[in-house]
Amino acid sequence: MNYILKNARIIDPGRGIDAVGDIGIENGLVADPGKVKKPTVMDLAGKVLTPGFIDLHVHLRQPGNTMAETIASGTAAAAAGGFTSVVAMPNTSPAADTAGAIEYLRQTAARTGVVRVLPCGCMTKGYAGQEMAGIGSLKTAGVVALSDDGKCIQDHALMRHVVEYAKSFELPILDHCEDNCLAAGGVMHEGKWSVLLGMNGMNGAAEELMISRNIILARQIGWSIHMQHVSVKESVDLLRKARAEGIAVTGEATPHHLSLTDENIKKYDTNYKMNPPLRSEEDRQALIRGVADGTITAIATDHAPHTATAKLVEFDHAPFGIIGLETALGVTYTVLVDSGIMQLPEYVKRLTTGPAEILRMKGYDLSEGKAADITVFDPEAEYVIDPAKFKSKSRNTPFGGRKVKCRPLLTFVGGKLVYSFEG
Amino acid sequence: MEWTRKDLLSLYDLNAEEIECILDTAAEFKKVSQRRVKKVPALRGKTVVNFFVEPSTRTRVSFELAEQRLSADVVNMQAQSSSLLKGETLLDTVKNIEALQVDLVVMRHSATGAQAFIASKLKCGVINAGDGAHSHPTQALLDIFTMREKKGTVKGLKVTILGDILHSRVARSNMWGLLKLGAHVTLAGPSTLVPREFESVPGVRVCHNLEEAVEGADVVNLLRIQHERQTAGFFPGIGEYARFFGINSDNMKLMKPDVLIMHPGPINRDVELSGEVADCSNSVILEQVTNGLAIRMAVLFLVAGCVKK
Repeated sequence: MNYILKNARIIDPGRGIDAVGDIGIENGLVADPGKVKKPTVMDLAGKVLTPGFIDLHVHLRQPGNTMAETIASGTAAAAAGGFTSVVAMPNTSPAADTAGAIEYLRQTAARTGVVRVLPCGCMTKGYAGQEMAGIGSLKTAGVVALSDDGKCIQDHALMRHVVEYAKSFELPILDHCEDNCLAAGGVMHEGKWSVLLGMNGMNGAAEELMISRNIILARQIGWSIHMQHVSVKESVDLLRKARAEGIAVTGEATPHHLSLTDENIKKYDTNYKMNPPLRSEEDRQALIRGVADGTITAIATDHAPHTATAKLVEFDHAPFGIIGLETALGVTYTVLVDSGIMQLPEYVKRLTTGPAEILRMKGYDLSEGKAADITVFDPEAEYVIDPAKFKSKSRNTPFGGRKVKCRPLLTFVGGKLVYSFEG
Repeated sequence: MEWTRKDLLSLYDLNAEEIECILDTAAEFKKVSQRRVKKVPALRGKTVVNFFVEPSTRTRVSFELAEQRLSADVVNMQAQSSSLLKGETLLDTVKNIEALQVDLVVMRHSATGAQAFIASKLKCGVINAGDGAHSHPTQALLDIFTMREKKGTVKGLKVTILGDILHSRVARSNMWGLLKLGAHVTLAGPSTLVPREFESVPGVRVCHNLEEAVEGADVVNLLRIQHERQTAGFFPGIGEYARFFGINSDNMKLMKPDVLIMHPGPINRDVELSGEVADCSNSVILEQVTNGLAIRMAVLFLVAGCVKK
């Protein structure tokens, strides 16, 4: 089907465009709106149209935990959140550490996926941090990046070799930065609230240490390393300084670290348990500043589905992680843009060109002839988040009942309308 | 005042009036234990399950005796004999207990907040007998009861809690209870076991030097030092702990002459305190145990009165 999307505020950061206008979609590609044949015309006055959002950090749980999520349900959730591409983390069961596993992912995504699934391969076999995975074969199979997400390679010499080797295959590294010794046994941020509640804390230095390590390796090797879910103030400071020095390091922030703090844990709701944990208000403010000033160039959800059964347990025993695809826009727009901290075009970069650059994608924009991956949202819509309406198979979110502003309306992937908000 | 809670989870939740209400009720029950016939019919027809997911001897025995003296029907369950080992979730296990028309569950668990979690899902009453390093309200209440009994009032008392504060639910519960009743609280011990973050609580002093910590104290409450903290690298060894943080006849002289020496037990003689100090006239360690029975009777009685049938 062909479309003309009329009167939208088009924000296309890749081309520096922010203007009201029309966009055509023909045969799956962005086209001149004046020349589209047999179009469906949509009037989007007052709405915002951007390149499709890219989420660098999603757990689709297939294979291994399809009770919690599948490629079909996870990508439907992505579409409902305005995301047209998601990077699938490789810590599935079995892990995505071989060409065969990537082939399975690609075939299943092609058959059942709603949005683009960008495969990510493990850095080490079984993401166990012991032996390097077949990185060259993974590249050939189609991975866009490498990550041991959920775990962090503790052996610095091995990490050095992985980064060097990945460089020769031009694969970005997405690293979960955590020193196991300092975070061992922890279930929440180490600070005032862990001390008062008597829970085992995860020291912020656990993240800071590995980010420092990665900055050193990126500088020495001359290859980019991306820091996943940055959560503490000192990490933001380290990144800012390293980037000012021209070192190829990047960072992402999650909606929950931008909007919640460790104080929320005093009611023992396991939907506030994730890794890295919710930090202090000071950390949260530093993270917001980092996103606003461009130290952190991507918002990523770390969408981590778990069944209600898995989460309805003692806080200590609950698995880490919350879902985020369907709440990311509302939560982050409210905290970053509606608050007056960021201008809308700059904010849109964090969901589009920011993550695209981290994946080394060139020319991620809406110029004619490009694949029509398009997101339309309503920045004025105010609503209360209702998990019962989620497309995700899981409901493990702390945002149920939260009032937010900004709603995804339409999501096009390759010119196909894959999501349309229905009242 | 009228008691209105079906659960006792943490002293942080209670106000001063509620704490005083428990202490006053316990004073009445203490008299019962001094009679020739030590039993009253207050909980006759009520069923109490003691569910200890984490092992305990003294707290469980104290609760069980308190329940028996109130004429309740008592069932003991331990993690080893429960379905938790067969993969049942905690919530399912306690819902099964509730389905047997139980009135109260007394629970100990290794995870912070486990009792608060199940209490929010159950109609029967829940009494926290210790959750992780978070809370142990009946222990703190019996400590405070003992202080009040000996000193007349808790308000204005200088109370030093000394030892492994980081891992202690006894310390946290005492801290909240004492603050609500107007005492001055010092948390003391090795810097690795007494986090500075406690200073964010108004009325709390953190101290890593023994002499400073106990000087002029009205009460010194000692916590057991556990051997596994040494292997985890929090301090070099028992010998060094005893030398720098153990209470002995010499450093006792820094405290008020009528200082109370307290300990929740089990004590390690010549580690947290010398044998001499444990047995001296200032030591009220065994009276704490006696008072624990009265406190648990009071808590069971008050909470049972609020459980809806």
